[in-house]
Formats: sequence, structure tokens, C-alpha cells
Amino acid sequence: MDFGSINPVVLLASLMVASTPILLAALGEMVVEKSGVLNLGVEGMMITGAVCGFIVAVESGSPTLGFIAAALGGMALSMVFALLTQVFLTTQVPAGLALTLMGVGLASLLGQNYQGLKPPPVTDLNIPGLDHIPVIGPILFQHDMIVYVSLLSIAGVWAFLKYSRAGLILRAVGENHSAAHALGYPVRMVRIVAIGFGGAMAGLGGAYISLIRVPQWTDGITAGYGWIALAIVVFASWKAWRILIGAYLFGGITVLQLNLQAAGAKVPVELLSMSPFLATIVVLVVISARRHGASNAPAMLGRIFHASH
Amino acid sequence: MKRRTLLTAATASVLALGLAAPSFAADKVKVGFIYVGPKNDGGWSQHHHEAAEEMAAHFGDAVEIVVQESVPEGADSERVLTQMALSGADLIFTTSFGYMDPTVNVAAKFPNVKFEHATGYKTAPNLGVYSARFYEGRAVQGYLAGKMTKSNKVGYIASFPIPEVIRGINSAYIYAKKVNPDVEFNVVWAYTWFDPAKESDAAQALIDQGADVILQHTDSTAPQAAAQKAGNVYTFGQAADMAEYGPMPRISSIIDVWAPYYIERVQAVMDGTWETDNTWDGIGAGMVGIGEISSAVPADIKAEAEALRDSIAAGEYHPFTGPLNKQDGSVWLADGEVADDGTLAGMNFYVEGLSGDIPQ
Repeated sequence: MDFGSINPVVLLASLMVASTPILLAALGEMVVEKSGVLNLGVEGMMITGAVCGFIVAVESGSPTLGFIAAALGGMALSMVFALLTQVFLTTQVPAGLALTLMGVGLASLLGQNYQGLKPPPVTDLNIPGLDHIPVIGPILFQHDMIVYVSLLSIAGVWAFLKYSRAGLILRAVGENHSAAHALGYPVRMVRIVAIGFGGAMAGLGGAYISLIRVPQWTDGITAGYGWIALAIVVFASWKAWRILIGAYLFGGITVLQLNLQAAGAKVPVELLSMSPFLATIVVLVVISARRHGASNAPAMLGRIFHASH
Repeated sequence: MKRRTLLTAATASVLALGLAAPSFAADKVKVGFIYVGPKNDGGWSQHHHEAAEEMAAHFGDAVEIVVQESVPEGADSERVLTQMALSGADLIFTTSFGYMDPTVNVAAKFPNVKFEHATGYKTAPNLGVYSARFYEGRAVQGYLAGKMTKSNKVGYIASFPIPEVIRGINSAYIYAKKVNPDVEFNVVWAYTWFDPAKESDAAQALIDQGADVILQHTDSTAPQAAAQKAGNVYTFGQAADMAEYGPMPRISSIIDVWAPYYIERVQAVMDGTWETDNTWDGIGAGMVGIGEISSAVPADIKAEAEALRDSIAAGEYHPFTGPLNKQDGSVWLADGEVADDGTLAGMNFYVEGLSGDIPQ
């Protein structure tokens, strides 16, 4: 294979951009799963966020407002899921699947008059002083605001789960909701808040696609990234910093395969196009085959909590 | 036996109604269109839709159009077409290459409905095909690309490895090479006609690889947006003018002009003179338009490109004129020889100088 003409600095920089939507959505979903809830509606929340963000950014001319609207949109949809699973105690898997179907349809309806429009541009926020360091500068410090937000939120979630009391309660709810309930923690409320956080992060990730990465609105723009985000949570064994690795691995291969094609590598195009998905499957298999890999899942994942039990 | 009599009577009246229905609707011609992308995609599908609306406006009350957008190529399109034919369409335009076999199948089932398939090559007594000689426009784009590139790297976002797309790559390459012997083409196969996310990624990868001119055979404006963000990159509008991205990065475009053809064919259905056809028109006949060459292009280069356009339009010059060799070095066209339509319609090889393989 000829890597000669591919500039690794440029590749790494575009890798970070390509991975950000998955990273945000996967991080949100990880927090949800840590609280013991399996929300398969990530794709639906992402695309709802993508369209809400796009509409608000186009109408207001402000990408920042767009991102706020995207987070709110994703959160609003996730509240439907919270209502179903936490109040009406429905099974989480079908509720999540329904959420995806509903989100995709809703987004398509909302976005009907917004196809082919140009959103306001998002300017890169170069970190003064650091952006001119050779190699590291262009890779790390010449990005848009959301890339930095995504990196900070990885650190934030890690610290929250590891060092804060609230994080400990969230994990307790996810590991044994009956015990947490007996200790007097509001299991249902903790889960609703976690679901809302997951929705907001997924919405943010979706808006990153429609406002920065593409930037355009069209039906189905998230193209299955929500599902990849779900896989990456498992891949990461529910650890925040491994989410970073998982998302960058997937994003990296996505970018690399296009660069290889553009550089004229003698590999069949079909194989290159499926390589990110192949890599995800292979890594998932490897992780699950390890003795302690999948057992790291929160013990109450997907289980319904009823206070009388 | 009363029940049977009743049934027979009911069947007879249903049949009578069914037979009578067309005569009520006969004065209004129902024309169907199916698009591969949304009807406001800013490119290919939008242009078909605008032409459809122009046609409808031309005929006023005499015509009713039914439209189905974002129809996936393959089995789904067959269902949509069957539904359209069942609901009484007289003429159906299927506007993407991948609708070819579904259109053939549905046309066989509905001999009284007329079909027109864009960019294909399979015809039937009630199925005509129409396309535009986009490669004539590609020659002009290739010319501009060769002149404008500074890195000598031209990126090409290809959709599917079909003759239509390969012709475009060859045509653009021949002219870029003619004016700039050092030029190099990098082709990325996106395997989609319309997917802004993929198109944007492909454009970004090509730009990362040093391309400073991007040609696209996909329908969205996402590559234009990627080029605009990158700064010093030139692009061309595809199917639609995409003038909102001018004068930079979009420096010119190929514009599809379908409305006159749609008007002519609907008129033929009204007059009862419709026959299957195989229309393939270019710049000269007005089916392919070259969008305004923007102010980012120096005046002398613009004048030369326009001269090339005019000589192709006048029929004085064919974009595939020998001497031309195939990629493997074998002779395709001798000096002065012009490619015949049969070879062009089935083109499945690169010309000499292009690197990489066409995916099979």
C-alpha cells in the first residue's frame, strides 16, 4: 500500500472532525447505559438534533443557537423515551427502536423546506499561541468550538463518574437499582436526567454533521452513525476515555479509506468503503471474546425498575 | 343461483366503471416523474423537477403531474412505478440510471402506459430513452481544470462505474491533459448519486490529497461547501448552475435543460404521435448548458473555453477525436477519427494517462 502521498498531519486533523459526531453521541449513550438504561434511539435523537440545529441556525444565522437548539431537540425526543420506559415501564429495546423510527420520520418532516440550503458558516477557533506549534498545532488546536467541547466533555464525564458523589449515585443506580432505592436514591429521576443528557449529546452530535461536517440538511443525513455510537459504547467497555479511542478509530478508518482512494491505492474500492464497519465488527468480537470485556456492562442494563420490587 | 347472478352483475358493473373511467380522464394527461434525490436537492433532481413544472405550466389545465421524490434505485422504484401506472399515469419519466431495469419491467406490464427513462439504453415499444451529451460539457470543464490548477492535481468525485460517468472522466481528462501535460486525476468512487455527507467527505479527502480543482458527478452542493471552506479550490456546478457558490469556488457548471424535451414528448402523447425514441442531445441542441464562467477565471482562459464550447455546439468539433489511446496503450481512435455513439454509450475503459482501475 502506498501511504507515501498521504500527509499524516492533515489526516489526523480531518480524523478528529470525522469522529466528533460519533464521539458525542457515544459519550451521551454511555452515561445513559451507566444508569442502567439501554436507549437504542441514538440514531433518532441524532437526526432530530441535526434538523433542529440546522433549522435554527439557518433562521437565526447563528450556529451557536443552532447547537443549543440541537441539544434541546435531542433532549426533547429522549423525554419521550423517558416517559415510556420510566413512567409507563415499557421494555426498553422496542421503545428505543421506536424512538429511532420516530426521530427519522420527524426529522424528515421538519426538514422538508430546508433541503439544499446553506447554513451559516462555523469559523475555526484556533487556540492562540498553541496553533502554530509544528505538527501538534494543526492536529489539535485549529478546530471549531465543538471539537474542543467534545474533548472537554470526555474529561468531564470521566471525572464526574469517577470522583463526584452524583456520579457514584448514577453508577449505583445502574449496578443495583433495588439497593440504590433502598438507600433512598431517586432511581427514576436519576435515570430520566441521564436519558436527557444522552439525548442532548446525541442531538449535538447530529448537528455537528448538519452544520459543520457536511454542512447541509438532507433526509437520513446521520447515515447510521447512531448505531455505530451504540457499538462504540460496548467497544469502550463503558469507559469514557475508551470512547475517545473507539470513535477516533472508526473516524480514522473512514477518513483513511477515502484518502487511500484519492491517493490511488491499489485496493478494491468496495473493500475500502466497508473497512470502517469491518473494523468495528472485528474489534467488537475481540473485545467480547476477552474474559472480562463484556462483563463490564452495568448490571441493571435494560432492566425495568419498579419501586415495589 | 341468485348470489351468482348478483356477483356477475357486480363484476360487470365494476368492469364497466373501470373501462369507462379513462374516458372521463382522457382530456387531462397525467404525467409521472420519479427522482432519485429530493426535489430540492440543488442539483440533478431539482432540475428535473423544475423542468417538469415548466412543462406543466406550459400546458396548464391539460396536464396533471404526479411526483415521487427520493425513490431508491432498485426494487423500491419498481413498486413506485407500478403504483403510478395503476393510478392512471399516461406517461412516466424515470430520471435516474438505476431505474433502468425496473422501468423495463413495469413497462412490459403496462403496455398502454408510456415510459421515458433518462440516461439508460434499454428501449421497448412503450419505453423511450433520453439523455444529454454531458461529456461535451465535461470537455469544457476539463479545459478549465487543466488551466486553473496550480497543484496539477484534479479531484473527481465519481458516482457509479457506468458508461455515463466514465465518459465524463475521460472527456474531462483529455482536455485537462491537452492544456496541461502535468495534470493528474484522482478519482474517488462515492457509490451514490446523492449523499451530502459522503460527497463532502470525498471532497475533503481529495483536497487533503492536494487537489485544487474538484469535479463532481454527484448531485448535491456539499462538495462546493467543502471547497469553499478550504479556500483555494475550484469546483463546477453539476446538473444545476449552483451559482450560489460562485464566483468562488464554483467557476462554471453543466446545466441540464430538460423542459423542451418534456414539452415535446407530452405534446406527442396528446396528439397520439408518441413513439419510442432514443434521444441524445448536447450543447448544440440546447440540452446541455454551460453555466457562466465566473470572474475567478482570467479573461483569456474564459474566452478559450467559450470558443471550445461554441465549436462543440456548432458540431465542428467532437470531444472524442483521435488520436486517442486506451489506458493500456492500445489504439482507440486514429488521428482525426471520431468516436461513434455505440462505443460512447457503452464506454467501460479509461483513456491513456488516467491511473487506477474502474471498479467492476
